Amino acid sequence: MELIELRDIEKTYQMGDISVPVLKGISLSIRQGELIALTGSSGSGKSTLMNILGCLDRPTAGEYWLDGQETSKLTTDERALLRNRKLGFVFQSFNLLSRTSAIENVAMPLSYAAENLSDREARGRAAEMLGRVGLADRLDHFPSQLSGGQQQRVAIARALINRPPVLFADEPTGNLDSRTSEEVLQMFERLNSEEGITIIMVTHDPKVAGHAKRVIRLDDGLIQGNVPIPEPGTETPGGTS
Amino acid sequence: MRVYTTARTAFKALGRNPMRAMLTTLGIVIGVGAVIAMMEIGAGSSASLKKTIASMGANVLVIRPGTASSGGISFGVGTSTTLTPEDNQAILRECPSIHNAAPIVRARTQVVYGNRNWVPNTMYGTTPAFLDVQDWSILAEGEPFSDRDVLNGNRVCLLGQTLVRELFEGASPVGKEIRIKNISFRVIGVLTPKGANMMGQDQDDVILAPWTTIKYRVTGSSLSTTNQSASTAATTTDTVNTLSNLYPAAQLSLYPERSSVQQADNPMPVRFANIESIMAAANNAGEISPAIEQMTALLRERHHLRVDEPDDFSIRDMAELTKTLSTTTTLMTNLLLTVAMISLVVGGVGIMNIMLVSVTERTREIGLRMAVGARGRDILQQFLVEAVVLCLTGGAMGIVLGHGGSLLVQLLLKWPVETSPAAIAAAVLVSAGVGIIFGFYPAWKASRFDPIEALRFE
Repeated sequence: MELIELRDIEKTYQMGDISVPVLKGISLSIRQGELIALTGSSGSGKSTLMNILGCLDRPTAGEYWLDGQETSKLTTDERALLRNRKLGFVFQSFNLLSRTSAIENVAMPLSYAAENLSDREARGRAAEMLGRVGLADRLDHFPSQLSGGQQQRVAIARALINRPPVLFADEPTGNLDSRTSEEVLQMFERLNSEEGITIIMVTHDPKVAGHAKRVIRLDDGLIQGNVPIPEPGTETPGGTS
Repeated sequence: MRVYTTARTAFKALGRNPMRAMLTTLGIVIGVGAVIAMMEIGAGSSASLKKTIASMGANVLVIRPGTASSGGISFGVGTSTTLTPEDNQAILRECPSIHNAAPIVRARTQVVYGNRNWVPNTMYGTTPAFLDVQDWSILAEGEPFSDRDVLNGNRVCLLGQTLVRELFEGASPVGKEIRIKNISFRVIGVLTPKGANMMGQDQDDVILAPWTTIKYRVTGSSLSTTNQSASTAATTTDTVNTLSNLYPAAQLSLYPERSSVQQADNPMPVRFANIESIMAAANNAGEISPAIEQMTALLRERHHLRVDEPDDFSIRDMAELTKTLSTTTTLMTNLLLTVAMISLVVGGVGIMNIMLVSVTERTREIGLRMAVGARGRDILQQFLVEAVVLCLTGGAMGIVLGHGGSLLVQLLLKWPVETSPAAIAAAVLVSAGVGIIFGFYPAWKASRFDPIEALRFE
């Protein structure tokens, strides 16, 4: 079964009297365990598509099935719950809470989760998550005491704390130098191959896109290319052209 | 659990900028501190004010006999002769709301010492209880007369300050003999100064003596007090007022004055044991109306009045004083409350201001929280709790500050202060309320953010 299924998604912004179509009918399906790069020039609509995929925004028309659930008609609160349970976000500028320790940053989404974890359980889980991104010795550091790569790894741990099946990364390496970028990308690949987390990266950097197993190119609100990149040693995801 | 987590999040958020949090709460700290200090100092002043007004006689009730009438002409209140010393005893014995009661007979005549004379404004024949009723028990000098003096009709008296000045030119009168209507009285004590009463009457221009002495020795008969205007006017014109030719007595005497021979031929019935009034003190201002009811019932029974008969006495309270007492207290409380409310509103506006700044500054944080699954109401709750925490912390500090301030005032200025738990409870409630009211708008604004816009906010 497909994890994500888009059918004729359209998004039109209303600027006063003028309506600006950004997405003009996008159909797409993504399976569990894919590592996808969403590319395109600026203004091509990739951020808008990302917002819709991330349930932050609603499409003007079309259907969006996420994990067997039609989401385009959900209320704001229902979408918030969905984001909390099924989606993780990693941002270009990390968006960590300043003057808040790494472990508390990571545990933050748990306070909005339906399952009420005790304080102790929440910290335990956050510590475990930080261990998985290689920051077990940085639990009580503040973001200002961490390097850019470490901050982004804290953000990844935060995105994964609720064990979502899908992880969205919006220009995850935009604020990092090439060496730490590589680290973060390798971590994505590891999470994808070892834990089967579906990862969707928005990027305009061909080098980042090169790490993906499939590259979806957007141009002027339409999908122009949908190329699976075969990699030696890994199973090629099923073609969905 | 949920509330606890939210409260902790709020504390952490505030802890990230402690200086700003402190400055924000300052408005509430000062507001609540002012409320508490004012309430405590105000309550203390109010209590001592109440005591002062009570000492002016706010709790005193005056019972006077009703009107006597003859041939359709009534002589006014106090002219019937139905009130007796036994009534006074019964009131003392049977009215639980009455603290003390004293019978009163009056006289107005000349007092002579050596070559000086004076007509005191008030000459009361009473019992020692009078001093207690009037809150006048502490004497400047000497000692009060006793119940035995009353029983025996002893010729002793207490002098007010004005008399001491006029008759003794300030020298100690204790032990000296003065003459009232040619009867000599020994001065055994001097009253403390009391000044003028509310009507401007000099309360120190007074002689107190046992009522038996005044009644049976000085006034001599009861009828002279029953219809005294003519006779007193006549006596005073004769003895003191040399201007009587210029200003003749206002009331014309309808009957020819009786000569001493005529008086000797038809002696007045003298040993009428009626008294002119009873002064009773209620236990406190609140028990005035029960006291009136108890005394009315008692006196009606003692005077054998049938149900349809009107009272043959009247009871009056110091309504004016009581009213002054309560208006003063409410006025004071309202004044303090107004001041307190203004400072709390100012503090609240400060909180709202800072919360709005804080919401704007933390737009990205709000966006992030929404992206990871916070609903609008979670955000609303978080910012509301932050505002309430700010206000409650400020309130707690304000209570400490205000209480400390009022204690300091008590210590340094010796002002009376009363701790008021009600004020403290009110301060806590009000500061939480201010937090909710003024924190709501910023919190609501934050909860309405669009996560995409908020995340993009620079």
